[in-house]
Amino acid sequence: MYEFLKNLDRRWIFLLILLAVAIPILGEWQFPEKPSPMVQSVFDAIENLPAGSDIWMAYDYDPGSQGELHPMALAFTRQCAFKRHKMYFMTLWPQGPPMIQKNIELLIKEFPDLEYGVDYVNLGYRPGYEGPIKLAVIDLRKTIAADVDGKSLDDLPMTRDFKNIQEVDLIVNVSAGYPGTKEWVLYASTSYNIPTVAGCTGVQAPYLYPYVPQQLDGLLGAIKGAAEYEFLLLEAYPSLRENPKAQEALRRMGPQLLAHLVLIGLIVAGNVIYFVGRSRGDV
Amino acid sequence: MQRETLIWTAVMVLGGLVLLVHAVRVGNGRVYVREVTVADVKSGPVVHYKGVPPSLHNEADVSLSVPRTIGMWIAALCTLGIMSFVLGDNPLYKLMESIFVGVSAGYLMVAAFWDEIVQNLLKGLVPGPMRDSFLPGLEEGLNPDLTYLAPLAMSVMMLWRLSPKGAWIARWPLAFFIGATAGFRLVSYLEADFTQQINNTILPLIVYTADKSFDVWGTIRNVLIVGGVLLGLVYFFFSVPHRGVVGGLARGGVWLLMITFGASFGYTVMGRIALLADRLQFLFDDWLWLIDPTMQRVGM
Repeated sequence: MYEFLKNLDRRWIFLLILLAVAIPILGEWQFPEKPSPMVQSVFDAIENLPAGSDIWMAYDYDPGSQGELHPMALAFTRQCAFKRHKMYFMTLWPQGPPMIQKNIELLIKEFPDLEYGVDYVNLGYRPGYEGPIKLAVIDLRKTIAADVDGKSLDDLPMTRDFKNIQEVDLIVNVSAGYPGTKEWVLYASTSYNIPTVAGCTGVQAPYLYPYVPQQLDGLLGAIKGAAEYEFLLLEAYPSLRENPKAQEALRRMGPQLLAHLVLIGLIVAGNVIYFVGRSRGDV
Repeated sequence: MQRETLIWTAVMVLGGLVLLVHAVRVGNGRVYVREVTVADVKSGPVVHYKGVPPSLHNEADVSLSVPRTIGMWIAALCTLGIMSFVLGDNPLYKLMESIFVGVSAGYLMVAAFWDEIVQNLLKGLVPGPMRDSFLPGLEEGLNPDLTYLAPLAMSVMMLWRLSPKGAWIARWPLAFFIGATAGFRLVSYLEADFTQQINNTILPLIVYTADKSFDVWGTIRNVLIVGGVLLGLVYFFFSVPHRGVVGGLARGGVWLLMITFGASFGYTVMGRIALLADRLQFLFDDWLWLIDPTMQRVGM
């Protein structure tokens, strides 16, 4: 057994992980979630604002990270739409516009009473990494003069009198890396004391938690945070239970559970093999 | 032919045959669209094609979209091609990798041209012609902003790097960018990552709740935060030898760092599994139609 495990081809491990992820997807496994205080604070930050508040939706992610971030972005959009908040979508990632477009399509399909230019606006991609943040917190029109279709901000009711990001009630950032949550904290939330919540990839989460709660009101860490957030959304808005698209992150926790169990098993097995090998003088 | 190559070739051929039979029987991987007129102009109506769930394929205004169906199959085969790397480096993976790099580079180049050169530089230098051509949303009566000549000149200087002679000219704009970026970030980092982070660590070590009762978990949390920061700082303080009490504290700092790295690894694993789950769901749901979690094909 020791010799077999010691010389195991790594492709068997890949196959094991593939099965651990594929089986729960095919079986459509879903588990109940218990929201953590951190996720609850993100939810409350949006929920407790008066209806019609201005929310800056900074969606800085791309197709490569949509598996982790897209469900939480859609959940943010749904909650803001339910609360009738005014949404200003923008991205600092060149591959971000299609992601924003999917959120816009959600609004058109699930909230047909919301009107473009009145309830939400798509400001598209802004190049220059953190540069646009620095400009838009002082004077929005220095970096954005028109929406994604080239329509002047002066011709849209919700942006006509909008001066800069300091006027918003909350920044909601979904971040896949640089530029992302860190830049919004550095150049907007800390410098101008703008309330900010964020959702980020798992890789970034440990480095962003130190900003909570003084510089970030809350943080959703990867798909687990998104699943807890969806659970809160379903509790607050039961009509979403009929919408399977609003439970994407919850469905993704099935593969997470099984794959994590397999990984824990592999880590334990690896350590056992190491110590057995050491006791035999192989290491 | 080697035994291993023979086995994998057989697996690939068998997989391909299963896919073919499944596609013929189920008709999976098809994308349906609905024609939507978004505007009526002199030359005729402007039509967009919106994707619809396959369950609506029998409706009168819904039709099969051949380009999108081909796109779906290419996306699925690219996913499988990239995943084939787990079996080892192979020509299929190399092909997919090259396609990915090429498409990304092309996309970034086009995005940079329209969003940086047109939106920023040309809009500032020649706002009138830009309004008449690419940027109809620009307000009227804007005057050219001659300060944009400076970035134009620096961009040209930067391109001098490609010249066989005078490559040193590119160092001047580069020096400016590095200096400007450093200055730009310094203040924000000092404020948000230094002073504010120190402020975040100044916490009461004994916590009471609003009704004046002792908060055990709040106290433990604050002690851990303050203690953790101090232990971490001791580990990185090399002016004193790490012996005796200092050595013990530094060892505590190492333990904390290890726990942090472990948490970071755990989060990374979660992220990677989420990405794999996303791709598998795409393959099983959108492409193979093996599952239907979002009720796209009800009644088919």
